[in-house]
Amino acid sequence: MSNSYLSPYSRFFQSDLTIGLRHHPVAFVSLVIFAILCLLAAFAPLLAPFDPFDTTQIDILNSERPPFWAEGAEPAFLFGTDDQGRDMWSIMLYGLRLSLIIGLGAVLVQTLIGVSIGLISGYVGGRVDSLLMRLADIQLSFSTLMIAIVFLALTQVVGGRAFFAQYAPFLLIVIIGLAEWPQYARTVRATVLAEKQKEYVDAARIMGFGPVRIMVRHILPNSLASIFVISTIQIANAIIAEASLSFLGLGMPIAYPSLGSLIASGFDYLFSGSWWITTLPALLLVVLILVVNLLGDWLRDSIAPQHVPEAG
Amino acid sequence: MIIYLAKRFIQALLVLAVISLIGFTVQDNLAFQQGLNAGSAAAYNVETDAGFLTKYFQFVSGAIQGDLGTSSFFKEPALTVILKKMPATLELIFAAAVLVGIFSVPLGIFTALYPHHTISRLILSVSVLGLSVPVFVTSILLIYLFSVTWNILPSFGRGDVVPIVGYWETNFASWDGLKHIVLPAFALASVMLPLFVRLIRAEMRQVLKSEYVKYARARGLSPWRIYFVHALKNTLLPVVTVGGVQIGTLVAYTILAETVFQWPGMGFMFLEAVNRGDAPLIVAYLMVVGAIFVVLNTIVDVLYSAINPTVNLARMAA
Repeated sequence: MSNSYLSPYSRFFQSDLTIGLRHHPVAFVSLVIFAILCLLAAFAPLLAPFDPFDTTQIDILNSERPPFWAEGAEPAFLFGTDDQGRDMWSIMLYGLRLSLIIGLGAVLVQTLIGVSIGLISGYVGGRVDSLLMRLADIQLSFSTLMIAIVFLALTQVVGGRAFFAQYAPFLLIVIIGLAEWPQYARTVRATVLAEKQKEYVDAARIMGFGPVRIMVRHILPNSLASIFVISTIQIANAIIAEASLSFLGLGMPIAYPSLGSLIASGFDYLFSGSWWITTLPALLLVVLILVVNLLGDWLRDSIAPQHVPEAG
Repeated sequence: MIIYLAKRFIQALLVLAVISLIGFTVQDNLAFQQGLNAGSAAAYNVETDAGFLTKYFQFVSGAIQGDLGTSSFFKEPALTVILKKMPATLELIFAAAVLVGIFSVPLGIFTALYPHHTISRLILSVSVLGLSVPVFVTSILLIYLFSVTWNILPSFGRGDVVPIVGYWETNFASWDGLKHIVLPAFALASVMLPLFVRLIRAEMRQVLKSEYVKYARARGLSPWRIYFVHALKNTLLPVVTVGGVQIGTLVAYTILAETVFQWPGMGFMFLEAVNRGDAPLIVAYLMVVGAIFVVLNTIVDVLYSAINPTVNLARMAA
């Protein structure tokens, strides 16, 4: 590296990450598609020609119209309509929005809990550490999806459907978020254990900094790369979990368009020839997850240190 | 070793206690609600006069004796209902596991041996795709292709099953039963396969760099013997561990696959019970699956320590 001054802009374009991206067409295309999907989700209320929450815009007589390239299509409905007469394009946009919100929200919860527990576990050590890591082992031995299915089913049965429908997005974020913290906790703990021995931490302690400041400002930055890589894969997993739960009827209620519940409602019409109700949302879902996974793979190969676990 | 086993056993018991506490709380709560709904709160109060702890111990002692309440839909003991459905789920998991075993080992070894071969790149690309397609989408796709479009395989149910012992009826003894299990088993295997191919590939690449593989080559052993006997053995250790952890995920996936294929197993039964509000059955499923999880995980941990003597048992249990 030369010592000459670089503007933040050119520094960004000359960073290893950007150069790596330009030489990796798959990752580049994935990033572009992911950005487009995020924009579509963010501006869904503006882009959607119909409002799926406005019942006056839904006409049952318009139900099961095929997409524009098929015979019998209605020009107003670009990708056709579903079994209730809702515009597929509009509900898919809202579903995408929901998948991304729940995916990102759940990963945020996971990161907050996991990183805090990992820092405490590694920094404090001793009994606290072994107790927390035991808990992580137990938590990991139960699959996230299983925990989420059981807890959502129980809330639905105990709390009643109306209660459930009201808090569904919040419940999904919290449950998917709570079930996956050990992934972060283990990685952060490993970094803390490695860094704690080093002299700069001793120096910080001698300078009188408190444990919280040392943990967050001095030790945590060392594991940011790993956290970033894990987060990408976890977003994909959270989106899969949300879609699976909504497909089972344990996630978002039917009135809220979610990709999972759309696929479920379209599945009933697959045999009668209305393939688009299930296929189009499924395609969107797979593209979204695939793009995030490909980005995660590329990130792991390019910036991650060795100890980030393969998939999972 | 004995200290480790004891600690592991106590941990398993603690987890089971927590699961039973959750199950009990739900059942207690629901019994109360249903009592209110039926307008017979008075009748309910007679039998629930006892304190929380007393009732909890009644619940646990009943559960240990196999009494998990009566399903309000089937009008049968909940445990009997689950035991009747269990063979279907176990056969599905077994078939999926066989498929994963058959395909993951050769594919994993091939991609490790020839990382730059076109076929390897293809396998790895497909494995990313496989990780990205949720199991219910795979199931629907399989049904759409094989049942709706080509009409060569059945899309739902178990078909002709042959009774063996007790509640156990098998799919593997008749042509029709085999045809019915193909699609769900492939759907389940498709989610596990990419994970195992990648894992075996990663482990194999590590092992192939090791000194003893070089030594085996220098001794002039045939490459096949080196790959499949010497190298594979050490690859399988992490595969066993991950496999143990993944069994939990597999149980969750069976709920999805069974729902799509209307496979009459525990998962499908559980979802129907949720939709019907059949509380005793839901709680019983939770207890049975929880117990299976705990027992399997304990076995895998103990097995792992038995295969890998370098693991410091006492420290791990601390």
